[in-house]
Amino acid sequence: MTAAQTEASTPLVEVQHISKYFGSVIALQDISMHVSPGEVLCLLGDNGAGKSTLIKTLSGVHQYDEGRLLIEGEEVRLNSPRDALNRGIATVFQDLAMIPLMGISRNFFLGREPTKGAGPLKRYDAARADRVTREQLAGMGIDIRDPSQPVGTLSGGERQSVAIARAVYFGAKVLILDEPTSALGVKQAAVVLRYIAQTRDQGIGVIFITHNVHHAFPVADRFTILKRGQSLGTFEKSEVTREDVASMMAGGEDMETLTAELAEFEQADREDAAGSDGDHTAEDFHDEAENVPEEENQGRETN
Amino acid sequence: MATAARSADERVRSVGILRKLLTRPELGAVAGAILVFAFFAVVAGDRGFLTSIGTISYLEVSAQLGIVVIPVALLMIAGEFDLSVGSMIGAAGMLLAIPTVEFGWPLWASLILAFGAALVIGFLNGYMVVKTGLPSFIVTLASLFALRGATIGFTRLITGRTQVSGLEDEGFLASLFAGEIAGVPASIFWWVGLGILGTYVLLRTTFGNWIFGTGGDPVAARNVGVPVNRVKILLFMATAVASTLLAVMQVLDAGSADVLRGTLFEFQAIIATVIGGVLLTGGYGSVIGPMFGALIFGMVSQGIFFTGVDTDWFQVFLGAMLLIAVIVNNYIRNRAARAR
Repeated sequence: MTAAQTEASTPLVEVQHISKYFGSVIALQDISMHVSPGEVLCLLGDNGAGKSTLIKTLSGVHQYDEGRLLIEGEEVRLNSPRDALNRGIATVFQDLAMIPLMGISRNFFLGREPTKGAGPLKRYDAARADRVTREQLAGMGIDIRDPSQPVGTLSGGERQSVAIARAVYFGAKVLILDEPTSALGVKQAAVVLRYIAQTRDQGIGVIFITHNVHHAFPVADRFTILKRGQSLGTFEKSEVTREDVASMMAGGEDMETLTAELAEFEQADREDAAGSDGDHTAEDFHDEAENVPEEENQGRETN
Repeated sequence: MATAARSADERVRSVGILRKLLTRPELGAVAGAILVFAFFAVVAGDRGFLTSIGTISYLEVSAQLGIVVIPVALLMIAGEFDLSVGSMIGAAGMLLAIPTVEFGWPLWASLILAFGAALVIGFLNGYMVVKTGLPSFIVTLASLFALRGATIGFTRLITGRTQVSGLEDEGFLASLFAGEIAGVPASIFWWVGLGILGTYVLLRTTFGNWIFGTGGDPVAARNVGVPVNRVKILLFMATAVASTLLAVMQVLDAGSADVLRGTLFEFQAIIATVIGGVLLTGGYGSVIGPMFGALIFGMVSQGIFFTGVDTDWFQVFLGAMLLIAVIVNNYIRNRAARAR
């Protein structure tokens, strides 16, 4: 295993030999990884590799069964998502934790509402919520006219950006992004990747979960590859190529088998194409198909 | 749809005033209330509908329903039903009447008992919904029957009857719930007051934001730190307390309690809430809308009486209104939430 060298600074989040079981199912086994300020750690894995379980453990949704979780060098146990948030770990879930029917600013501040007044007069500061939301999104290049407009009216990339802006605004030290680009088109994905780079440049540690190597490579500093609940190791970007990572994700041998099979298919296709020369061409079929109804029609007319 | 390119890949679009109005959850009910009022003003205006007595008569019916509808609406926005409010009215009436009449308790002590029991029952409703994960429709349907049965059972056991009468109390406490100011019954003041409180809570407090979040997507809300279970349980407690408030008003006003009080009230409350533009599935709605829903209910139930038409037709009207309201709400919801 070519584990990356630890940085001079204390990692923001460090996971040591964590395991998680759901009954008899081993969801995670002996996973270790860490992320430092201002770097992007890419968590790669195919479906069912345990990516979601791992980040749910980091964000306090699941409790791990074995191992240690350190935040800024201090061992902690996260009992709820709120716990994780209070320690500066913000997660942008795949479903974005956004409520489509609620307005943008209400979504932005959901769970952390700004208030004014004190005691029984303490109340939700709608004006401030609207203003801050507008400012934060403007900073990301999104111009919203009406902060009370339902989130459901935004595009996928915009929603993703609202979610990232929200996490950054609330002082996230570590930002966990669960497949932020998977449902997006190429352009929108590029926009989100740019925000990820921006976020990293602000000194925030980013854990970027994806199964798309092409999205991971431009922004990642290191890769941790998961397969079937186990870690295949963490690699510096300089150590590996895109192809290495893709093949490890799919699981080396499997991938080779698949490539071989695909090559066979191609070969077979080529042989088919060669074999069909001289027989019926597509045009022949077309002509015949047209002739049949004509003959029938004529028959009907004469009768 | 005017879309002006402002930057490379993001657009700003203008939203028409009409479309913006359409996304207001209370619009349908307000328009409906105006229509219903206009209808009865024309048809029954000369038979007393427009007099102060007529007005107070329908406002009082609206207020009695409206007091319960306010927390029911908040609960529905949070994604849950409470079908036990009707049974709670019957139970709370007895909890007030039996100790006062049969055991000679002072009124204040019985009031504490009734409201205390409401808090406990509301908590149990909410706790069962949250812990079992069952639809609140089922859990509170069980409470509906259990609570009504227990009310009848215990009342008969203690008093041998199903009605308790003889509550004579003219003190301050009684007038607070059943008195009147310048001919306007206390219930109307309570209704308006609670409506303002409910609107304030929903739109201007953190808790209100949590209500929307809880109903809109409980998992997402929980993930950002909203205590979803606490929100639900508190709202179940609020519906039980509001039902008890109504029961206290009715008992002190009539001087008697009946085990069957509040029968079918849960459905009236849900109808008024849905007519008021609250989504049955939660996450969207207002308090003002359901208050107008209750107003429509009151105007129709009393207005039919003024027109001289057989009041049997009232229920037909209710059914039709409910259906129309749901169709309109679905349309509005789709308009509001559609990504374009």
